[in-house]
Amino acid sequence: MASFIQLLVSGLATGAIYALIAVGFTLLWQTSQTINFAQGEFVMLPAFFVLAAMNAGAPFWLAALIGIALSIVVLGILFKIIVVDPMLKYGVLPLVISTIALSLFLKESVKDFYSSQAQPFPTLVPAIDIRVFEAVISTQSLVVLAVAIATVVALNLLLNKTRLGRQMQATAQNATLARILGVPVRRMVLYTFLINAVLVAIASILVSPIYLAKFTNGETLGMAAFIAAIIGGFNQVRGAILGGVILGVLDNLSAAYISSQYRGAFPLIILIIVILLRPQGLLGRVEERSV
Amino acid sequence: MTRLNTMVLAVVAAAAVAAPFFLKPFGIFLISTWVVLTIAAIGLNLTLGYAGQISLAQGAFVGIGAYTVALLTPTGVPFFLAFIAAGLLCFAIGWLLGYPALRVQHHYLAFVTLAFGTLVFLVLRNEQWLTNGIYGITGTARPELFGWPMSGARNFYFLCLGVLVVLSFATWWMLRSPWGRAFVGLRENPVRALSVGVDTRRYTLMAFAIGSSLGGLSGALYAPLVQFIEPNSFTLGLSFNLLLMVIVGGSGYFFGPFVGALIAVLLPEWLRVTEGYYLIVYAAAVMVMMAFCPTGVLGLTERVVRLLSGRLKAPPKVPGTQTLTGDAGT
Repeated sequence: MASFIQLLVSGLATGAIYALIAVGFTLLWQTSQTINFAQGEFVMLPAFFVLAAMNAGAPFWLAALIGIALSIVVLGILFKIIVVDPMLKYGVLPLVISTIALSLFLKESVKDFYSSQAQPFPTLVPAIDIRVFEAVISTQSLVVLAVAIATVVALNLLLNKTRLGRQMQATAQNATLARILGVPVRRMVLYTFLINAVLVAIASILVSPIYLAKFTNGETLGMAAFIAAIIGGFNQVRGAILGGVILGVLDNLSAAYISSQYRGAFPLIILIIVILLRPQGLLGRVEERSV
Repeated sequence: MTRLNTMVLAVVAAAAVAAPFFLKPFGIFLISTWVVLTIAAIGLNLTLGYAGQISLAQGAFVGIGAYTVALLTPTGVPFFLAFIAAGLLCFAIGWLLGYPALRVQHHYLAFVTLAFGTLVFLVLRNEQWLTNGIYGITGTARPELFGWPMSGARNFYFLCLGVLVVLSFATWWMLRSPWGRAFVGLRENPVRALSVGVDTRRYTLMAFAIGSSLGGLSGALYAPLVQFIEPNSFTLGLSFNLLLMVIVGGSGYFFGPFVGALIAVLLPEWLRVTEGYYLIVYAAAVMVMMAFCPTGVLGLTERVVRLLSGRLKAPPKVPGTQTLTGDAGT
């Protein structure tokens, strides 16, 4: 029982990180039909911004802020202007290819220009184990959960309670109609890219102390985000959150209780079951088949 | 145009036959790799270029094909039987994999195949009793053909080339048949294809399954070519590479995969000067190309040729008419 609670808490923490990544992923999809295959690398990269800033002498908190700011510029604005904008007119497929090439580009750049070795990454709080009943719970997991929940709550407030958020939702639901009603659609699309950049930067700072900062981190994280988004529902923010949490918990439990060698296979099995039984995802609405 | 194309094709064919007589063993190995990868890329081109589906599992299918041959031939199964078995196995797996994915939306196949690629890698790595895990399998025997040993590098290259020619003609014939027309219809105008009675879902599935089986056949040649296979050769990286080959060459062009595979095989050798930065250069080049010419090298060539001939002779071609026949650029 004690180990179950431990696994559950660390699973929730992992799941919360997946959820952050998946939310950004679905936001891009909803507003601009961008399937970002580099999303995993987007999570890998900000950790190296932070490390580079720390190497330059900045304290951790400042480096983290610099990391987020650089992430907004590079993964938000530059990504939108250089990679996405010229491609949108060709449709979904060429952009997918381009983001695949981008993921390769980012991965190889970090490997060649920073390091191919896993880099230790500072934790947000000192890692202390707390005993709750029998279970040992790390403060790290709790902080990850707290930050992730705070981020999601803030995002929800932004999307649902502000004028800006409602304009963004309108853009996501029906861009043409939103434009007729006077919503600056192009700017709204840009904002979703910025939000995605912030989300991946936060996820990066949360995940890197656990996995270490390594250029290959993006592979598993990106995959987890795709699967979380599909499980929860591609067109819903809350779907992506639910999918991320389910995936994180199941991943941890199955690795412990069923087989650790096939850890990577369980998300796939869940994915196929969901696609077979409920293709729109647990919380998603049915979209018309485009064919 | 057609006469020019025939001439280009003849020159390329002559070069492909003559090349091994002028190359060192490593050169022969490179062009053999090109031939083998081209087969896999042709398969992916069916899925991507004709049916418009992204498959990120082609590398995994190459792996399945390679392991099928590497595991069957030592037990006494003749190579050509194992070769066919690899193709059939990948066809069946492709069908089973595509079925749930294509029930829903088009981009789902990309995710399902992405996950499938990882699963195949895990199985190859973990099931040591079958695949020898990370230690891989060495020394897959090269076959004999009508009593001729194919063990020499040059002979094996010609065997691969022969297989490529046969499979190319089969694919070309298939694309010309009513069936293949339906494939092209899927890409050009799926809604219209559906409305004139093409069962788009079934044809898409078929294109994916056939494409996967070509991946398997390519792997079946890969194992005896490199003589050492291990799970790491068939990761997502290979799938991405194959995908980029098809795109760089020109997806939907019959000869796109040939060009793309050639670039992917030769470029690392030419870009030796850039040392470790080769992949960065390659990835950046792909992104630039996608932004300016998403139809790949052949699309670009076609555009240039059209521009030049348009300047020399008056009548400009109506864009789009050529691609309808499915072998534009030939």
